[in-house]
Amino acid sequence: MKWKASIGLEVHVQLATQTKLFCGCRTTDSNAPPNSSVCPVCLGYPGALPVLNREAVRLTVRTGLMLGCAIRATSWFDRKSYFYPDMPKNYQISQYAAPLCEGGAVEVEGEDGIRRTVRLRRIHLEEDVAKSLHIGRRSGVDFNRAGVPLMEIVTEPDMGSPDEAFAFLLALKRILLCLAVSPCNLEEGNLRCDINCSVRPADRSELGTKVEIKNLNTFKGVRDALRHELERQQAALEAGELLEQETRRWDADAGATFSMRTKEQAHDYRYFPEPDLMPVRISVEERESWRAALPEMPARRCERFMQEYGLPEYDARVLTADRAIADYFEEAARGASNPKWVANWMMTEMLRRMADAPSEAWARLPVRPAALRELAELAGRGVINSPTAKAVLDVLFERGGDPVAIVQERGWGQISDAAAVGGLADRVIREHERVAADFRNGKAAALQFLIGQGMRLSRGKANPALLRDELIRRLGSRSESAG
Amino acid sequence: MRNEVTHWTLAETCRHLEAGDCCSVELVEALLAVIAERDPLIHSYIYLNAEEALDAAREADASRAAGKGGRLLGVPIAVKDVLNVRGQPCRCGSRILKGYTAPYDATVIARLRAEGAIFLGRTNMDEFAMGSTTENSAEGPTRNPWNLERVPGGSSGGSAAAVAAGEALAALGSDTGGSVRQPAAFCGCTGLKPTYGLLSRYGLVAYASSLDQVGTLTKDVEDAALLLSVMAGRDPHDSTSLDTPSVHYSAVEGFDLRGLRLGLPKEYFEGGMEWEVERTIQAAIAVCRELGAEIREVSLPHTALAIPTYYLIACAEASTNLARYDGVRYGYRTPDAADVETLHSRTRAEGFGREVKRRIILGTYALSRGYYEEYYGRAQRVRTLIRRDFEEAFRNCDALLTPTTPTAAYPLGERVEDPLRMYLGDVYTVPANLAGLCGLTVPCGFTKELLPVGLQMLGPALGESVLFRVGGAFQKATAWHRQRPPFPVAGSAR
Repeated sequence: MKWKASIGLEVHVQLATQTKLFCGCRTTDSNAPPNSSVCPVCLGYPGALPVLNREAVRLTVRTGLMLGCAIRATSWFDRKSYFYPDMPKNYQISQYAAPLCEGGAVEVEGEDGIRRTVRLRRIHLEEDVAKSLHIGRRSGVDFNRAGVPLMEIVTEPDMGSPDEAFAFLLALKRILLCLAVSPCNLEEGNLRCDINCSVRPADRSELGTKVEIKNLNTFKGVRDALRHELERQQAALEAGELLEQETRRWDADAGATFSMRTKEQAHDYRYFPEPDLMPVRISVEERESWRAALPEMPARRCERFMQEYGLPEYDARVLTADRAIADYFEEAARGASNPKWVANWMMTEMLRRMADAPSEAWARLPVRPAALRELAELAGRGVINSPTAKAVLDVLFERGGDPVAIVQERGWGQISDAAAVGGLADRVIREHERVAADFRNGKAAALQFLIGQGMRLSRGKANPALLRDELIRRLGSRSESAG
Repeated sequence: MRNEVTHWTLAETCRHLEAGDCCSVELVEALLAVIAERDPLIHSYIYLNAEEALDAAREADASRAAGKGGRLLGVPIAVKDVLNVRGQPCRCGSRILKGYTAPYDATVIARLRAEGAIFLGRTNMDEFAMGSTTENSAEGPTRNPWNLERVPGGSSGGSAAAVAAGEALAALGSDTGGSVRQPAAFCGCTGLKPTYGLLSRYGLVAYASSLDQVGTLTKDVEDAALLLSVMAGRDPHDSTSLDTPSVHYSAVEGFDLRGLRLGLPKEYFEGGMEWEVERTIQAAIAVCRELGAEIREVSLPHTALAIPTYYLIACAEASTNLARYDGVRYGYRTPDAADVETLHSRTRAEGFGREVKRRIILGTYALSRGYYEEYYGRAQRVRTLIRRDFEEAFRNCDALLTPTTPTAAYPLGERVEDPLRMYLGDVYTVPANLAGLCGLTVPCGFTKELLPVGLQMLGPALGESVLFRVGGAFQKATAWHRQRPPFPVAGSAR
């Protein structure tokens, strides 16, 4: 029998706000000492009350607008009750009945190159929980993460394979980076997924029994867990077994999923409207001003880069994957005589040097985009050679400045004067008469040696193309006169 | 001074301090002496801040000598155990908050502190403000200063008893369904429940978030107005606090009620009230009529639904508000729990009292899947109807006059085993919380057993000024609020 899988994802995205969702504590990364960014509100102390961080609302709605969601003029928060030691209040302030965003979609390009639409059900805002730490037989709780804003993006079960789910996550991450709504740092747990999946005979339209897999924090983990889980379900169905609606967890070391609880053991979260917060109202003016500030979608920008700057598709894709990089490139390429030169510098030197830097670093880089454009021009026109250009870039990385000024200041300019290079060529030929003779006798490779000698004599400053021309002109003319 | 101070109001005390008749240290010492003498019988305080209060009094006296002011400079105030005061315990009358010390000031406390107030001690209460007798306290019951065999009312029973017994000049309480007004009526105090949102709830330990409001227990209406003026106003830490311009409330002006229309909700007078209470209330209404008010009958058709609606909403909210007491971060923790689930369940089983558990279970049930619509959803819709009843009534009158309670203070232990009967005692106070209105109770007479009776005035949202006008004029025309329980008290030292 042929089988068909249906996959839906719930992606929890940590938002890039300065402070937590309901208090003034700063959001920190995992390097902060435990419980160093906490207060009565995020610790759930008696009498403390939440106050909504409006920036988190803006970032969520911005995402919703980008993904074509309907934005609710009035939404509200609900309490979701369950007991857990890393939940300060033993209820989570989340959105249940009236999320900020509903509907929408993400365009995903599969490995086959075919574009599919993954529909979204909703996007809502909620607070993160704390982190339990176990040290030997003792346990501790770090509340730094408690109350950090999470945006939960819930899809319809529109994905049909683990690879498609993987492609969806990549596409989503690109959009989130482009929107600058989240740092999207997977090691920091900025993106975490729950999976819903089911398998059914290919000729049946009704979905099969749904299994939920909780808390995956890598995209690869999502794909691996799905591959295994769908196989497990399919094998069970083929053996004539009935699947149970349940929640499972993925054990990456064991390479398998394990049951956590069945439908009967499922929590009753007892949702009801949070009485400590007022409903969230978003006026038409506010919503439209946020819409007007939306950036270009990465896919559209990629196409534009190909057309406008004449980039190959691969380069355009790489340069639009992160909005900070795309912005940087575009600022440098705008007004360049040959944008491809700038793209080459981005694709090689810049991305290599910035490989471990966070996205925000691009905006603070001492190498200003205009300086990179200058550098690409100098190198492209042959004013300086490639090693010199790299040395100039070193200086720019260290303390910024203007490439032309750096080249002049250090006497790194290339020798492009025909008379000077001609003199150099004469000297090389004089000093290596045997090699020069080899070339005249048809040994083409001898020319490389002569060029190398000329470069050495000029300490790398000679324009190699010019030097080559001058050598050929001399050796060629001499061989003619000899003939 | 010890005997004088038991009679002074807050405003009088301020005037005495201003005039130099006494200093703050003398005042605190005198109150501590009264407490030492009377509180062993009454048990209104569960924590006294004597040393720190005296230090604060010395500082206040020095400030005054240096020419610095503050509307409440050097004036001691008692605080119900439900409000966070930095550095003091805040146990809400519960075992589960044993060992918890407040790391911050509630907003109302911070505002009183900014005007120089001193926080003398913490008053007893029904655990987490759940109860009407102050018998549900881990610290044991408080007794009514008018008769030690009677309850002081609750849940702010400690605050009411302290003010009535002269152990406090004024006290703060909290009112979720009548917890300020009912004990004030039982103890012969003036009790104010402001409009929902007028006072910040930040730092007030939550029982039912959509109903809770900080209130005052004072010796007269002028003091209620003074405290409200200091505490009122928008607080950025409380999203539900109202953005109102700051108002200076006063009850000093106005000797008559001419031009005011006062409504009598007919449903409140259709039986259920003790005859002694009814007689007293009718006499008080007559006083208002003589002062020039136009008395008219109004109708609040959904009154009978208020009690079940209140208990559903309050318990539902409470079931989540009290979920945080789990032994993980603060307060009581069961010893030697082997795992987290045992830690949670045993801490809560041992830490909470019976009434609190009853309400948590009720509220959990009301929010459960499959029951939500039938209980919580319906209660919310009825709440809207009750609110509309009042909106309609306030079209035709400026304030309502009602009894505060159907009976005067009853004997200790009488309703402990009969929670339903205890709940029914909230029938006149609960609707104001459901509708978010303001309410004021003033002493208006005594039963023949010499137990105080309270007259309740209800005003529209932000109608506090009207209540102060009616209450102020009533207190100028009568002397009920100046009556103090005889000491030693009836029923004592037997």
